[in-house]
Amino acid sequence: MANEVCFSTLHLDKSWALSTYQAAGGYAVWKRILKNKTSPDDIISELKTSALRGRGGAGFPTGLKWSFMPRNTPGQKYIVCNSDEGEPGTCKDRDILRYNPHALIEGMAIAGYTIGASIGYNYMRGEFYEPYDRFETALEEAYKAGILGKNIFKSGVDFDLHSHIGAGAYICGEETALLESLEGKKGLPRFKPPFPASYGLFGRPTTINNTETLASVPYILANGGKWFLELGRPNNGGSKLFSVSGHVNKPGNYEVPLGTPFAELLEMAGGVWKGKELKAVIPGGSSTPVLPAKIAMEMDMDYDSIAKAGSMLGAGSVIIMDETTCMVKTLGRLAYFYYDESCGQCTPCREGTGWLSRVVNRIEIGKGQQQDLDLLLDVAGKIGGRTICGLGDAAAMPVMSFLNHYRDEFQFHVDHKRCMV
Amino acid sequence: MVSIEIDGKKIQARDGALVIEAADDAGVYIPRFCYHKKLSIAANCRMCLIEVEKAAKPLPACATPVTDGMVIFTKSPKAIDAQKGVMEFLLINHPLDCPICDQGGECELQDIAMGYGSDVSKFTEKKRVVKDKNLGPLIATDMTRCIHCTRCVRFGAEVAGVRELGATGRGEHTEIGTYITSNVSSEMSGNVIDLCPVGALTSKPFRFSARAWELVERDTIAPHDCIGSNLKVHVCNGREVVRVVPRENEAINETWISDRDRFSYEALYSDDRLKTPMLKENGAWREVDWETALQAVIVGINKTITDSGADRVGALAAPTSTLEELYLMQKLMRQMGVNNIDHRLRQLDFSDQQQAPVFPWLGQPINNLENNNAVLLIGSNVRKDQPIAAHRLRKAGVRGSKIMTLNAVDYDFYMPIMAKIITSPMDYKHQLAGIAKALLAQTKQPAPNGFEKLVSKVKITASHQAIASALVEGSVSSVLLGPQAINHPEASTLRMLAQLITLLSQSQLGYLSEAGNSVGAWMAGMLPHRVAGGKDADKTGLNALEMLHKGLRAYVLLGVEPEIESAESVIASRALNDADFVVSLTSFSSEAMRQYADVMLPIAPFAETSATFINAEGQWQSVAGVVPPLGETRPAWKVLRVLGNLFGCSGFDYITSDDVLTEVKQLTKDCQTDNTVVWCCPAPITTNSNADILVRIAEVQMYAGDSLQRRAQALQNTHDADFAAIRINKACAKKFGLKDGVKATAAQNGTEITLPVVVDDNVSDNSVLIHCGLRDSAALSTDFTPISIRPV
Ligand SMILES: Cc1cc2nc3c(=O)[nH]c(=O)nc-3n(C[C@H](O)[C@H](O)[C@H](O)COP(=O)(O)O)c2cc1C
Ligand code: SF4
Ligand code: FES
Repeated sequence: MANEVCFSTLHLDKSWALSTYQAAGGYAVWKRILKNKTSPDDIISELKTSALRGRGGAGFPTGLKWSFMPRNTPGQKYIVCNSDEGEPGTCKDRDILRYNPHALIEGMAIAGYTIGASIGYNYMRGEFYEPYDRFETALEEAYKAGILGKNIFKSGVDFDLHSHIGAGAYICGEETALLESLEGKKGLPRFKPPFPASYGLFGRPTTINNTETLASVPYILANGGKWFLELGRPNNGGSKLFSVSGHVNKPGNYEVPLGTPFAELLEMAGGVWKGKELKAVIPGGSSTPVLPAKIAMEMDMDYDSIAKAGSMLGAGSVIIMDETTCMVKTLGRLAYFYYDESCGQCTPCREGTGWLSRVVNRIEIGKGQQQDLDLLLDVAGKIGGRTICGLGDAAAMPVMSFLNHYRDEFQFHVDHKRCMV
Repeated sequence: MVSIEIDGKKIQARDGALVIEAADDAGVYIPRFCYHKKLSIAANCRMCLIEVEKAAKPLPACATPVTDGMVIFTKSPKAIDAQKGVMEFLLINHPLDCPICDQGGECELQDIAMGYGSDVSKFTEKKRVVKDKNLGPLIATDMTRCIHCTRCVRFGAEVAGVRELGATGRGEHTEIGTYITSNVSSEMSGNVIDLCPVGALTSKPFRFSARAWELVERDTIAPHDCIGSNLKVHVCNGREVVRVVPRENEAINETWISDRDRFSYEALYSDDRLKTPMLKENGAWREVDWETALQAVIVGINKTITDSGADRVGALAAPTSTLEELYLMQKLMRQMGVNNIDHRLRQLDFSDQQQAPVFPWLGQPINNLENNNAVLLIGSNVRKDQPIAAHRLRKAGVRGSKIMTLNAVDYDFYMPIMAKIITSPMDYKHQLAGIAKALLAQTKQPAPNGFEKLVSKVKITASHQAIASALVEGSVSSVLLGPQAINHPEASTLRMLAQLITLLSQSQLGYLSEAGNSVGAWMAGMLPHRVAGGKDADKTGLNALEMLHKGLRAYVLLGVEPEIESAESVIASRALNDADFVVSLTSFSSEAMRQYADVMLPIAPFAETSATFINAEGQWQSVAGVVPPLGETRPAWKVLRVLGNLFGCSGFDYITSDDVLTEVKQLTKDCQTDNTVVWCCPAPITTNSNADILVRIAEVQMYAGDSLQRRAQALQNTHDADFAAIRINKACAKKFGLKDGVKATAAQNGTEITLPVVVDDNVSDNSVLIHCGLRDSAALSTDFTPISIRPV
């Protein structure tokens, strides 16, 4: 039961081509909607039935998000796709752009229709040269085939879609920083409220969704919300792409139903490499709390189960660490990432991330002091929940969880000025 | 209104108000750095975090709107913990060396740290060091101290209208600076000094000269432009002005002031400052006591009157003088039979003075400028002339109002301009006639007497149509005459046409007059044809231009340097030097003045005397002196009072300057605030017959308007204090064989001057911009008249 949604055409030759996509039934939903003038409310209710939750990290129910759009207010509205994919451990959106770009285009067109947006933007990560080209080619194909543009299939519906490539900043994945960047400004997150649904791109109502979220939409509408829901679990509909990386034999993207046991996913990825023992798992990307092997092995891969286990599904980026991993060094690398990627706008994140990074680094090289362990928790606690955007939380969470589960390793570094493993 | 509860206090708050505003109104203090009521919300410092019932996380009070029933805790353990946490972060990289920081003692960070900081830091890493930026002569930097609140950045983008400061770099490496390494050049730039909560941006001229607790703050009014911005003067040791900052007045300058108003105080201590009365005897100057000096004045003036008659005496005053001074000067002169009285030194056309309004004014309150839907500016570089007025207009422009200009230079106004006509000053009348003609056609109103003939040869252009429609459509619209229109050689024609335009389009006619007391000078009767209160004088004397042209035997000067402040600088200089007797009531002496004057009486300038100024909107603002006059200097109203007594005039027994003010108020209480003049058809307008004549645009250089500005060193070091040059556009430069940077000779009315050429395509065709108010260009005669240029 794998590859039912975004990867359902992966096995086909030239899966990214328009002809392949159409042969597999692609764009039928879009045409049907245009022809029947399906009511947006029906589309939203189908999405609600499907229990599709945002695949970008926060897991917010997509149907509900779309219902927030003031669809009937006059003036321009936008649909924006977040293909910035900057979270360490994540590489699923890249593969959707490379292997199934038309699903995204169709998903965005449907989204635009539903929320009343006649213009869409796909904001792609700065390093995505190849995926960008693929997507651009697909766009061209779609325009040529009359699938996009003005008065599509004489329906009176317009939808224009543009690509935009970022400049490589992680923060531009945060939806409001993305909007700023798209407007040509420095990618600084905006304070919310107002939310994008009321004040978004160029100040107009805007909906932002992740690549995988949008690419799932045509499949849901083709097969029904119920079908999607039943792929997964209640409140956790569908299957999901997991990017499994780290100490495994077969790292890669795996599309499995939500609710699949972690152990099964690990199995699919060939198990821990070199015959080593599993030590720890970060289940949802670098911003989500780390879990020790014992907890992870008993957990299922869906939003609610991972939350119960003490972490988050996030973007579905599963980072596997074997027994040789130094948790201090690992945290040091993560802390450095957030320090390096902080936009610098708000005080706790600008000042706190650098502090965290330096203290962890000091402990790692054997210059830590006893009070540093509590200092880390204290500093992380003063960042979390107090910043303009989620990057502050993302920086704080690993610190808290690493110290929560592996305090003894940090203590060892302080006491013996060297690593335990 | 919504009901909320703050710290247990139940209050009513405005719908949509932010929590911080509601708290401020309720007298509950929430610490803050990035919030400023005149700037957009950034919510980046996080200092204002508060606890709100049912909210999972602490919320920033500056960005959270109140909702009905909201329960807010600003001092709960959760709120205090969040605030202290932010303070700890702010301090880790901030230098903790307040004793050597210029901001120490008046620093928002220092103040708030007293309440929310800890006495020991847990931070043991190296602190961040940031390279200082050179922002120019006005603003000193200490960028390591910056807390990244972005107030300065938002000020540029949102208020000044030019983004000169920005945040480059990311994260911990974010730095505030300019693009590449340019200066900050906005005419309002000094406001970032007040906005910066820490010692990152401080006043360069003030820097390290005093501590906040050594200073006393006193109120005064800026005398320079016609806005009359409200100021606070910082006084050290009870006698020295060391700094000037804005005093909030929502109706006039809001919380801002121009750099001119902020930094001109430096002139008070310039080397030119005259501190004792001086007398010239046999060509040599010597310091004398007041009695001797005043006696010399009595003798000198009486002798001239006896020998040549009172008609051969003239009085000239600067429009930056106080109302009391202007009033007493004309009162004294008139009692002595002298009718040659004027303050309009830059004016060239006096032909309609008899029917001029009692006082030409803005025609509306200053704060109403931002309510206009359409504004036509004529002969105005408002951004440099009256920065605060420009800021009000900019607000209108940004909101979508139609700002339109008729100018000889395509000035950058930092605001959207709907239509502009950039043309030679000699062409202004054709353009205004075209607009009026378009309006007549559009509104189908009858043409006033003689108008048809007047404009028969004038063609209506698309710009005329657009401007006409915008003025008609704007429910609130204005036509504003700037200094270059007021001082134009055909000012009366321009005034008449501008008025016709306002009548046809139901707009307001207004004057953006030159100086802090231009309106006051009209009211006080510092005019040859009118006495105080706008009543006709018994006998009309000579106007400023005639006084200088005719060459009088004696001159009495009040705060003026006619050799650079007159439209006829060369003639002024000659007339003064040829006179038998010149007495100058002045705060400064100059080389030129020592040449032509016989007595120099040191009078108290700005800040050293009580003063009343009437600004462009007709607002009377009275202030006391804030520091004692320097040396032997005396307030001019007292000097004039004593002179009145010594000359044996009546009604000079004032005890305080308030007595003078009361008298002026009494005399002016019936003054009508009406700019309308009776239609009187100007001479017929031929088509562009002057098109090929090269004309001088004589804009007063930004910081050359009055004797104070010219001696304020920091201002003189800015970009706006341009050197004297021949500014001409590319096409004209080519036509006359001129090259950028190479010297050329300008000749006008028999005078000549050699200056470097600056090729500037903003200058209109057939025009040359040679700034006036500068000693380097004073050898060229007459503003706004034909000129010829040739390579050296
Ligand atoms: C620091 C930060 C980085 C983020 N990066 C991404 C990203 O690269 N891709 C993404 O889809 N969402 C990212 N998000 C989440 C988005 O802000 C947003 O929630 C998401 O795009 C919404 O789409 P969804 O509802 O379909 O998940 C990021 C959030 C934060 C706080
Ligand atoms: S320089 Fe001052 S005003 Fe500007 S961001 Fe820094 S602290 Fe704020
Ligand atoms: S004052 Fe509210 S975040 Fe700065």
